[in-house]
Amino acid sequence: MPEFVFSGDEAIGRGAMDAGVSGAFAYPGTPSTEIMEFIQDNLDAYLARLSEAERKSVVAQWCANEKSAYEAALGASFAGRRAMVSMKHVGLNVAMDPFTNSALVRIRGGLVVVVADDPGMHSSQDEQDSRILADFARVPCFEPSDQQEAYEMTRAAFDYSEANEVPVMLRVTTRLAHARSMVRTKAARLPNALAKRADSKSWILMPDNAQKNWKTLLEKNIRFRRDAESAAIMKLRDKSLGIITCGLGLRYYLENEDDWAAAHDGARPSHLHIGRYPIEGNKIRELAAHVNKILVVEEGQVFMERFIVGVFPAPVPIMGKLSGAIPEDGELSADSVRKALGLAPKSALPSPGIRIPRRPPQFCQGCPHGDSFSALKEALKDEADFLTASDIGCYTLAALPPFNAVDTCVDMGASIGMARGASSIGQKKAVAIIGDSTFYHSGMTNLLDAVAHGTTITVLILDNSTTGMTGAQPTISPGFRLRAILEGLGVEAEHVRELEAQRRYHEANVAVLREELAYEGVSVIIMKRECIEYLKKTRRT
Amino acid sequence: MNYNIILAGVGGQGGLSISVVIARAAMAAGFLVKQSEIHGMSQRGGQVLAHLRIADTEIHSPTIPMGSADLVLAFEPLEALRYVSWLAADRGVVVSAKAPIRNIPDYPEIDAVIAEIEKLPRHRILDAEAIAKAAGSAKSANVVLVGAAADLTPIPADLIEKEISALFARKGEAVVQANMRAFKDGQAQFVH
Repeated sequence: MPEFVFSGDEAIGRGAMDAGVSGAFAYPGTPSTEIMEFIQDNLDAYLARLSEAERKSVVAQWCANEKSAYEAALGASFAGRRAMVSMKHVGLNVAMDPFTNSALVRIRGGLVVVVADDPGMHSSQDEQDSRILADFARVPCFEPSDQQEAYEMTRAAFDYSEANEVPVMLRVTTRLAHARSMVRTKAARLPNALAKRADSKSWILMPDNAQKNWKTLLEKNIRFRRDAESAAIMKLRDKSLGIITCGLGLRYYLENEDDWAAAHDGARPSHLHIGRYPIEGNKIRELAAHVNKILVVEEGQVFMERFIVGVFPAPVPIMGKLSGAIPEDGELSADSVRKALGLAPKSALPSPGIRIPRRPPQFCQGCPHGDSFSALKEALKDEADFLTASDIGCYTLAALPPFNAVDTCVDMGASIGMARGASSIGQKKAVAIIGDSTFYHSGMTNLLDAVAHGTTITVLILDNSTTGMTGAQPTISPGFRLRAILEGLGVEAEHVRELEAQRRYHEANVAVLREELAYEGVSVIIMKRECIEYLKKTRRT
Repeated sequence: MNYNIILAGVGGQGGLSISVVIARAAMAAGFLVKQSEIHGMSQRGGQVLAHLRIADTEIHSPTIPMGSADLVLAFEPLEALRYVSWLAADRGVVVSAKAPIRNIPDYPEIDAVIAEIEKLPRHRILDAEAIAKAAGSAKSANVVLVGAAADLTPIPADLIEKEISALFARKGEAVVQANMRAFKDGQAQFVH
């Protein structure tokens, strides 16, 4: 069996190709981006093992947003081929509509939804746990514990999706997505052939059909629970403690198991590992009957522990995040699990005697955003009141010194909507700052609202020709089409201003910004210059 | 055998590529490896951290537990101090560059930073940038540091050298040679 060193993301990408995926669709988002990057980087080798005709039917595409990516994957599945859509946890919020509804239709080609959660918020706005959303949609969820399992579960998820005619979620977290270890791959499977036209009734979610389909989905859930139950691995051993691990929690527990055994005359805790949801719970009851107390080790929000604890008293004490044994926020770690196991910390060198200041991220040397914000700050300098609503992207770093130039950053595309809402009820000088990729993702609809209602706002589109923060992926539309898009949305041509984000044009740019800030209506200023990372990347390739 | 390395630096210093070089060399030596790093927002001039675990038996946690690191390999001295409490009390070593990167307003006095490293029971501080410059390219400072730490690790030096040349191969022979010299000059700093 061939062996590779793969990150979790790469293992998923490889797993999808070895499972015969025909359509891979995504919008970039840390920590999920490298799944699509890996597939694109290895597409030639993948195509080489397919027939001439088949090659034309395989795609790996960045999409405008997670919703459009999801819907493309769904269509590919309807046509009988295997499809995968990958995103970060908050991306699933954007794709929630197709996600929950596609649970009700009869999936044809395997449909796998990969969601990478970011507990600890290394590069995110919240810590939401996608397992809860899979549960909400009544969709099976697979959660690997390492890179090898990420590879195997990706393949298994396609098979399970096809066999049960349901989308399957594969949930990973940052440390699994971005850590590397050795992965043994198995014989690859060819893509599905294009299916013949099917009875498509189940795909039409009109009330009559949806009511039937919902019942079918609930019935399928009995099987999902049974299958997850039999996949869970139980070891009944010492009676003093039972451990329940989920996903990556397994590795943090195993890191400490030898030390626990050494402190308990060689005994090892009883242990149940859960890698699939939803679960029946028989093994959990069996474990509780065998041990005096249970510790639940799961990364993310309180999901399994809450499922076990419920309202009525448990037969044995349940420890975990709810009990306070493990912190409820942040990443799980070998250290937090060690403490919950009652083991003394390992002897470490003492912390230094001086304060170590944090070194927050900042704009790259020569980043165009710096020049855009310098101009904006100066244009707003004499304004008595203003709101600068920012968006998701590198430019949010302008919230930090020396710029201190943005008032908000909430979710993708929100800047224009928030500025518009504030302006509509009387806020003076409502400014939205948004990147080109974020604008195409979900800023355009907000701009349409502003045009429809004639709301006075000033929108800065920082057009750096790329999705910068996630490592310079291509944007869905080239910069030269931006003016046409804006005019098409109804922004008046003379209030679409195009500026070069360059220090040498500072004075002229400030003057244009002041003009547009004074305009009562919708105005859009495109601040154009290529991302430094993007330039480096294009030079490399 | 179980050897844990924390690679610490600032975005743009090449810390993540160096982590890959050491990991590949460790695998060539027949060890198992697990490597962990954070991408995204943190790449932009902020602190960069990679964990590299090398062992001859299965490695579980993708990250190094507190008190379990054998080596902090730091491309910047303040970043070296940030991870001291990961070092095992009885064996942890800091190998650090001397030159500060002062891209934050509250950077402490550099003398105080160096003094804190010198207080540690096992440390190696070197002017990696100057050594690299003398070897042909200031950009190879990170390779000088790998050289300076090479004898502490369980990986044979020639395997690390091989991976360094592989990393720079597409940049041409001159760059490869500059990095080979940087590695050897780094090694020479602490060989008795």
